[in-house]
Amino acid sequence: MAIKQLTVFVENKQGSLVSITDTLSKHEVNIRALSIAETQDFGMLRLIVNDTATAEKVLSEEGYLIKINEVVGIKIGDAPGKLSAALNVLDEKKINIDYLYAFMSRTEKHAYVVVRVEDNAAAEKAIEDAGLHTITEADICKL
Amino acid sequence: MAQNYYQKEIETMPVEEMKKLQSEKLVKQVKHVYENVPYYRNLMDEKGVKPEDIKGIEDLHKLPFLTKADLRDAYPYGLLAKPLEDCVRIQSTSGTTGRRVVAFYTQNDINLWEDCCARAITAAGGTNKDVCQVAYGYGLFTGGPGLNGGSHKVGCLTLPMSSGNTERQIQFMMDLNASIICCTPSYAAYIGETLKEQGYKPEDIPLKAGIFGAEPWTEEMRRNIEATLGIKAYDIYGLTETSGPGVAFECSEQTGMHVNEDHFYAEIIDPDTGEVLPEGSKGELVFTSLDKEAFPLLRYRTRDICVLSRKKCSCGRTLIKMAKPMGRTDDMLIIRGVNVFPSQIETVLLKEGYEPNYQIVVDRKKNTDTFDINVEMTPEQFTDKVSEILSMEKSLANAMKTMLGINPAVHLVAPKSIARSEGKAIRVIDKRKLI
Repeated sequence: MAIKQLTVFVENKQGSLVSITDTLSKHEVNIRALSIAETQDFGMLRLIVNDTATAEKVLSEEGYLIKINEVVGIKIGDAPGKLSAALNVLDEKKINIDYLYAFMSRTEKHAYVVVRVEDNAAAEKAIEDAGLHTITEADICKL
Repeated sequence: MAQNYYQKEIETMPVEEMKKLQSEKLVKQVKHVYENVPYYRNLMDEKGVKPEDIKGIEDLHKLPFLTKADLRDAYPYGLLAKPLEDCVRIQSTSGTTGRRVVAFYTQNDINLWEDCCARAITAAGGTNKDVCQVAYGYGLFTGGPGLNGGSHKVGCLTLPMSSGNTERQIQFMMDLNASIICCTPSYAAYIGETLKEQGYKPEDIPLKAGIFGAEPWTEEMRRNIEATLGIKAYDIYGLTETSGPGVAFECSEQTGMHVNEDHFYAEIIDPDTGEVLPEGSKGELVFTSLDKEAFPLLRYRTRDICVLSRKKCSCGRTLIKMAKPMGRTDDMLIIRGVNVFPSQIETVLLKEGYEPNYQIVVDRKKNTDTFDINVEMTPEQFTDKVSEILSMEKSLANAMKTMLGINPAVHLVAPKSIARSEGKAIRVIDKRKLI
């Protein structure tokens, strides 16, 4: 079960980022994980939030350029070598990763990695077949 | 300074005699155009003017104007006045909505054009003892071919460098003792800066003169170029529609450009009414080709704002002088010597599936024009992958390059992020401080 990611186009000027996080906080959207990719001209803020629908609605109303797409969340242990193990599974299946970012859980002693691939189903199957676990929307809300 | 002329009789011809020559040529030219260019014949018929109504240069005002829109409508052969068998060359420039302007030349047309360039090179002090480095672009652009031909006519040893590859330009200049350089003023400034960085002082540089045109430049820029290169910098004016560079050229007085008016008759008109304005008035510059054969434009509106003057010149030339153009009556931009119309950018955007929400930003950094186009993305075009956005920018820049002939930096931006004033987007921001 892939999870929803929200990508926001961030102009390269002062205050762009803070006005996005302000909008989310005003509507009580909680950010679970984020990453920023930056180029010379612009940035891309990628977010995993507890309430994607609300986040999408309020940011769209503010005029932000938004893209919702599905990514794969993988639960990995919090120990050296765990990320490598997960990536090796994908590598063996020749699943190309466009980008990834990771976050820690506050309650459980676990790390999570979010990967962007072309074929989510294939990536999930590979992970599950290898005895690792993917996370779902419901898991995200509980974190 | 002793004056050299390439064609002294013409260049110093008494004004009355020049008027007689122009009149004779015009009468013949109008007949030639009326008989061979149906497009212009229709315009004349619509206005009720017959070739026999044109008895001399004083009747020129009776003829209809031609504009860039006519060139577009008549593309490619509609204004051609000679069979293609008699033509030997095409030169081209970008047009307003993507259609290029193509100009045709017979061998005689090439000759007179090169004569004009030879007059410019001679006025800048060029002789057969000079080495003339032509660093304008060669190809469809008229800069390189025109000055190249003029340089041959003067008998200079010609270095057909074309533009770019500054290291090689400098190597040839220094090793082969180039004494005259022809290029855009911004490129001259760039070469000058590069020489300075390499530790060359003006007295180490063999150049004595430069002939610079194809883009607007200031007196301040002239003084800078003269100081860094240790030369005298001469302005030159022209447009593909009339022939190319050499329509007008500067002499040692450096107070405006002598129009080669035995070939190109200049008028200043009120851009709104089309009325001819007296000498000294500011208005739109209009050219009539008096003796070009293949592509003889009559009363072509250049859209350049200009002033003409017959004040006596210390160089001895009697040819009328035009001031450096002071602006445009349309929205054309000149970027790195290339004509760019915002409408061309709109055409590319629509073709490539973008909304026509864009902003052109032009600036001049290190003596080179920068050219940026910001384009608003639609939500459907936005993706979470940086690489996809960058490749969209790149392919849009390539499409722009194909249309415009120069490479812009394209930046995709968020919808509605381009500044609008009173609801209308500001399409062009030109930060270059010129004139």
